[in-house]
Amino acid sequence: MSTSEAWMIGGMVAVTFGIRYLLFGVAGRIRMAPWLAESLKFIPPAVLTAITVPAVLLPRGQWDLSLANAYLVAALVALASGIATRRLLLTIAAGLAAFAVHRLLV
Amino acid sequence: MRDTLPLLLGALPFALIYGALAARSGLSAVATLAMSALVFAGSSQFIAVGLVAAQTPVAIIVFTTLIVNLRHLLYSATLLPHLKDLPQCWRIPLAFWLTDETFAVSVHRYGKDDASPCKHWYQLGSSIAMYLNWQFWCAAGLLLGNRLPDAQDWGLDVAMPVTFIGMVIPFLSSRPAVVCALTAGIASLLTIDLPYRLGLVVSTLAGVGSGIAAQRAGRARREANRR
Repeated sequence: MSTSEAWMIGGMVAVTFGIRYLLFGVAGRIRMAPWLAESLKFIPPAVLTAITVPAVLLPRGQWDLSLANAYLVAALVALASGIATRRLLLTIAAGLAAFAVHRLLV
Repeated sequence: MRDTLPLLLGALPFALIYGALAARSGLSAVATLAMSALVFAGSSQFIAVGLVAAQTPVAIIVFTTLIVNLRHLLYSATLLPHLKDLPQCWRIPLAFWLTDETFAVSVHRYGKDDASPCKHWYQLGSSIAMYLNWQFWCAAGLLLGNRLPDAQDWGLDVAMPVTFIGMVIPFLSSRPAVVCALTAGIASLLTIDLPYRLGLVVSTLAGVGSGIAAQRAGRARREANRR
């Protein structure tokens, strides 16, 4: 393990455990403001979308908005099957299958 | 334990995929396993591996982990009334092992009517089962990822965006959440040239801000309609 990997994992351990333990540790001596608690629920969709959109539209750092872009096709298929079925594993399987088929055909 | 079983099976493919992705991302095997053992947070591990593959600076990875895990504040706030009378030797491990899955089954158990004083044992059992399951399948995924030549052609690098799409959809059940995701997506394209992947942080904040704004606007509109 390299030094920078050790720093990365150490940092991730500190922030992850810190957040999970913060409220348990002080056990009710402080309370979260309602607006803060309310805004936390927006974090997961924001982070996941912000990572996914560039990964799909710019695979390998270059814009590619055509159907020749296997990542874009896989993402669209996953999106459609996710909306239709609401089942995570099925969504992933559909996206992976679309990618594989695209690779074979194009 | 019985309630956790479907979640153990559900986590299995993700642990496998994590291990396989990590094997291809340039992260060393020791670091991959250490991250599972010490951080134990599925979505942040996925994101970290994706960021490592994109050669992101360590500080941004740690900061992103912080942002992604902020949701655990919500979980611990919800569980707190049930745990606040336990000693620290209970609260520390339960905090370390707190995950989306364990939160979901525990909150269900604490909510049942019976007055059993041992419900925290239930949470502990679920936590340990999730933990061992995760470690085992991450290691299996790591072996698998190393065996497959040219994992790119097998589509393993498309697994991450596709998984994230599946994870985002359940969140998009309200108009503010949709606004939040759309804003974050557009912002991520506008900020793509920012150094150190700072665009991720900016886009997340923009998405959260727009979600809150949309929620307030919706509430104001409903109140105006009522009058």
